Amino acid sequence: MRSRSDLFPDWSPDQPVLECEGVCVSYFTRAGEIPAVLDFDLKVMQGEAVGLVGESGCGKSTVAMAIMRYLGRNGGIPRGRVLYKGRDMAELTPEELRQLRGSEIAMIYQEPMASLNPSLTLGRQLMEVPLNHEKSVTEKEAYERSVQMLADVKLPDPERVMSAYPHQISGGQQQRVVIAMALLSQPSLLLLDEPTTALDVTVEAGIVDLIGEIAARFNTSMIYISHNLGLILETCDRISVMYSGVVVEEGSVEQVFDRMRHPYTRGLFDCIPLPGADKQARPLIPIGGQLPLPHQRPRGCYFGPRCDFFQAGRCDVPPIPMEPVTDQPGHRSRCIRWDEIDWDAPRQAAAVAETLDEGDVILRIDGLRKYYEVRDNSLAALVSGKRVRHVKANERISFDAREGQTVAIVGESGCGKSTFAKILMGLETASDGGVAFQGEDFADKPVQKRSADEVASMQMVFQNPFDTLNPSHTIGSQLGRVVRKFGDYKDRREVRQRVLELLDLVKLPREFARRRPRQLSGGQKQRVGIARAFAGNPKMVVADEPVSALDVSVAAAVTRLLTDIQRNHRTTLLFISHDLSLVRYLADRVVVMYLGHIVEQGTTDEVFSPPYHPYTEALLSAVPIADTSVEKKRIILEGQLPSVLDPPKGCPFHTRCHRKIGQVCETEVPPVIEDAAGHLIACHIPLGELREIAPVIAEKQVAAE
Amino acid sequence: MVQDVGAKAVTPPERRRSLLRTLFGGIGLLRESTIGMVGFGLILFWVLVALFAPLIAPVSPTATLQPFAPPGTVTASGETLWLGADQLGRDVLSRVIYGSRTVLFYAPVATFCAYFIGCIFGLLAGYLGGWVDDLLNRIADIILAFPVLVLYVVIIVLIGPSGLNIILAVTFASAPGIMRIVRGLTLDLRNRDYIAAAQTSGASLPWILFAELLPNARGPLIVDACLRMGYVIITIGVLGFLGLGLPPPTPDWGSMVAESRAMITFAPWMAVVPAIAISSLVLGFNLLADGLREISLRD
Repeated sequence: MRSRSDLFPDWSPDQPVLECEGVCVSYFTRAGEIPAVLDFDLKVMQGEAVGLVGESGCGKSTVAMAIMRYLGRNGGIPRGRVLYKGRDMAELTPEELRQLRGSEIAMIYQEPMASLNPSLTLGRQLMEVPLNHEKSVTEKEAYERSVQMLADVKLPDPERVMSAYPHQISGGQQQRVVIAMALLSQPSLLLLDEPTTALDVTVEAGIVDLIGEIAARFNTSMIYISHNLGLILETCDRISVMYSGVVVEEGSVEQVFDRMRHPYTRGLFDCIPLPGADKQARPLIPIGGQLPLPHQRPRGCYFGPRCDFFQAGRCDVPPIPMEPVTDQPGHRSRCIRWDEIDWDAPRQAAAVAETLDEGDVILRIDGLRKYYEVRDNSLAALVSGKRVRHVKANERISFDAREGQTVAIVGESGCGKSTFAKILMGLETASDGGVAFQGEDFADKPVQKRSADEVASMQMVFQNPFDTLNPSHTIGSQLGRVVRKFGDYKDRREVRQRVLELLDLVKLPREFARRRPRQLSGGQKQRVGIARAFAGNPKMVVADEPVSALDVSVAAAVTRLLTDIQRNHRTTLLFISHDLSLVRYLADRVVVMYLGHIVEQGTTDEVFSPPYHPYTEALLSAVPIADTSVEKKRIILEGQLPSVLDPPKGCPFHTRCHRKIGQVCETEVPPVIEDAAGHLIACHIPLGELREIAPVIAEKQVAAE
Repeated sequence: MVQDVGAKAVTPPERRRSLLRTLFGGIGLLRESTIGMVGFGLILFWVLVALFAPLIAPVSPTATLQPFAPPGTVTASGETLWLGADQLGRDVLSRVIYGSRTVLFYAPVATFCAYFIGCIFGLLAGYLGGWVDDLLNRIADIILAFPVLVLYVVIIVLIGPSGLNIILAVTFASAPGIMRIVRGLTLDLRNRDYIAAAQTSGASLPWILFAELLPNARGPLIVDACLRMGYVIITIGVLGFLGLGLPPPTPDWGSMVAESRAMITFAPWMAVVPAIAISSLVLGFNLLADGLREISLRD
């Protein structure tokens, strides 16, 4: 086996590690050649981190696969070349390519569980990397290096992790193992394809921190693929924005974030809510239209049909080349009008709906508990006599929601927010406590026992757009069924009329009544889901992460639609989310949950500014913010989420709390302290001290130039 | 579907056309799989034979002409016995042709009945879970643990051989297997959001089972139905072989093989021809199932 320097004799560290020159990637299908990526240029220097941003379907993952030369049987690179350390990847022999992958270039995927083999111990899988790539390595050396690397990625107790199987550690830990595995061969280039998308925000914050540290320490070059602009800001030096298979803008992070010169990039930034700003100051502006399919790209500028600055006769005439932005070195834009557009002009946003005057209390939750029984049939349980254990999904939940109000429930996965939604909808019944909805007790009233009116007045919008509609029925039939169930519409024509009205309400064309779900995009399906929820003029709608699976531009439009309908109908919206930026943007009140407990609740402004519960503070600091003008504290939560089967005594958060004050946190349930009327914090720390905590997000002090 | 009110009210002609198109589209898709087309062709051949039996069969299946005539014999009355005659002098070709009617009637009917029962219990077990699931599964276990042949004999001895009993026996023996498959598919489907959406809009149990769950399980079920049809054809053959099928002189492929067993050394055509008929039809269904699976995996 040859050493690495033999593979790249002409390369020196001041040359780019990776260079893509006019790379085109196509897939060859029965329908013909489908160009996925066109004319892709990229240069990555040693130790540099380049971000690749774009919505799904823009070709960013295809680029990563093309760099790895891993396009599958029907993919190919018809034009352009990929140079790795000066050598054309197309000229490498299969054996050289095999050596390259995994040792020189390593890739980290989105789903950590899918990257690990569930039937081998993590140690075995880690040790395979040096054993396969370096001949002289002994088992013992491989083991020692693996343990060292696990310690480097900050996994506690590396020896234990070595002998564990993937399912025995948490998702965040799995991703750390995957990163360790990628780093074991000391790659020069690391490709990260949405490495934290499947993880919770507080876990994500830890991984992002780790990635940054590694880049600095090992001098590894990185290509970071993400749809999250905030993450790119935190991890990368340079950024390329992709749209429909082409790079539309590239430059340093500061250039692209602060002085963007492409309408799509600007549209992308207008779509994301920033936790620093509220809806009055900075409304969300969705990008109109849809991403074109690869074989239906428009002539000229691919963004043309969706662009506000489109000029017929210029923008629809190919070619549209990348043009350097003259006053900014290294900044290029694929817009022929970049120097004509007034980039600082205020956005033409639709008038923001003013805050509604709040109505009567419509939902009152009082000391709600939900325990699930788990039967333990193990011998140990038989001996100790504790056969039945309880999963405490919800514990002492109390809050109110008023008519027309938007109440957000925030928390990470496993905090019990979905269980709570199920109780409201009548899919589960409460173990204890009261749920008063319009004066009726809903706590032990499963949906079968509710009257048609009661069912109609409380409806739900579901999370997964690909799951929310039954694939076997047309849109019209699914809406029509709900309409007939809830309304007084008995006549066919009336039902049909109402279905069409519902489609109008969610701004979908009326022809969609005849379509099947598979013919709709994710955002369109979610709109139908909203139409279904509003079919019976509900008093309250529970939305369980309704836009978390959608692309930013689509998510902005769907969010806007949902809140518009809600305001017009004076419906109470219970918005369940983990996205604090979005919550800040649309909620009136916020309830923060952790391990089934409410740790803090209050109006949006109260929750988003001190005094905070320490968990709220950590959650806020973990949210990546795509805004170069703000500075935030970094609080990385240690340890992992405790099991709901065996929740910590005392304060549920004490095992991970960065402000733990002592023994009292472990033994006593924290008192609920009231900061202002309705702003409640469950913490042992005296209110005075909590008030002194500096805000997490602050305007950056502009240094004198 | 009853629920397509909206679409039906506006454009009935378009709907009908799209149904036709779906049908042809299905066959069009199948054309991409060679083995699927071979299977489809074999089945189509036997269906046409069964439909036009009186036109194709050279003589009556029950007429006695010349016992043990080898293939190709020309009888005194001038008929050619292309595939020979049996011990009673009946034309083997005509009997095989008429026998296809028996098989192609009882096999689909029996399969359908088995599916009807299997789907209901499978959906109930998978969707409701808990003690319903336990109970239905234990019952299925008991039936499955019983040797199939003994089960057939018991059923037919109890009620006597007839067409209805074939259906009953097949249903009883295959419904538990179908239930298992449907239950497995339901377990996967019942956690989908659209099922929760149906629940939260107060949909009734039958609606959820048959309108929300079943249509989405159809893909694997169609493939399984084709395979199972093959087994049922063999089962009908076995029942006929054991003398538990249709009473004579109804032409039946299984009993034809059984009757000729003793004469196989000197009149092999009597056994070989119906055996080939059974195998080709079973092969047809198996190939069709493979083809369908291949296509469904491709998408």
